[in-house]
Amino acid sequence: MAGGCVAGTLLQNPGPMRVNPALLSEMKGYGMNVSFPELIPNSLFNWRVLLNLNGFLMIAGGFLVGFGTRWAGGCTSGHSIMGLSNLQWPSLVATISFMAGGFFMANVLLPVILKHLTW
Amino acid sequence: MKYFVSGLLFGVILVKSEVVSWWRIQEMFRLESFHMYGVIGSAVATGILSIWIIKKFRIKTWAGEPIEPKIVPFQKGQIFGGLLFGFGWAITGACPGPLFALIGAGFSVVIVTLLAAIAGTYVYGLLREKLPH
Repeated sequence: MAGGCVAGTLLQNPGPMRVNPALLSEMKGYGMNVSFPELIPNSLFNWRVLLNLNGFLMIAGGFLVGFGTRWAGGCTSGHSIMGLSNLQWPSLVATISFMAGGFFMANVLLPVILKHLTW
Repeated sequence: MKYFVSGLLFGVILVKSEVVSWWRIQEMFRLESFHMYGVIGSAVATGILSIWIIKKFRIKTWAGEPIEPKIVPFQKGQIFGGLLFGFGWAITGACPGPLFALIGAGFSVVIVTLLAAIAGTYVYGLLREKLPH
């Protein structure tokens, strides 16, 4: 948290993030405000939208991250970086599962969910 | 102190390399940029080399203990839990470390996602016996 704070204050990048234009225009089509992209999209993650479906998305997503990490016995740093560096095949299985879950969510489910959000 | 320094570095690197960015995570899963593959790929390459050097020269910790990366046995949770983690990763654009870094970087609402993640680990603890491993 302290590291994030140092990076976010002392070492801050003043300009917008450079994001793939295809991704930006697709998100704009769902109603997201993409005029000045920061690290995370402000119109998706903020206190004001916490009580509608956007908030549910933040909570459900966080829950899955916590639950999945414990069940899989590690996360991106534990399995994908440390486990792969140590050449352990169970970590490769976990990494492939992370990616399969992510590809399915990002390409199939998430676009449908984002279409139904109010911004 | 050493934990604070390495944690501080970890947080700064997570934010500055933009791997905590929801946008970069979406780009990764949608194959719209090479960024994340480059970062994780170089991290793994550095890791493989580091572990090889540690083993080859039997490097010890500052306290003089041997460094032995733990052996991870296979269990089915790596598939089921891994898929669920992937869903959550694509929704929130963050895995556990970045959640902390984002809060520090000023995105206070991520506290909610962090609390939900902690709730997830707690519920896992309750259901553990009933889940396939």
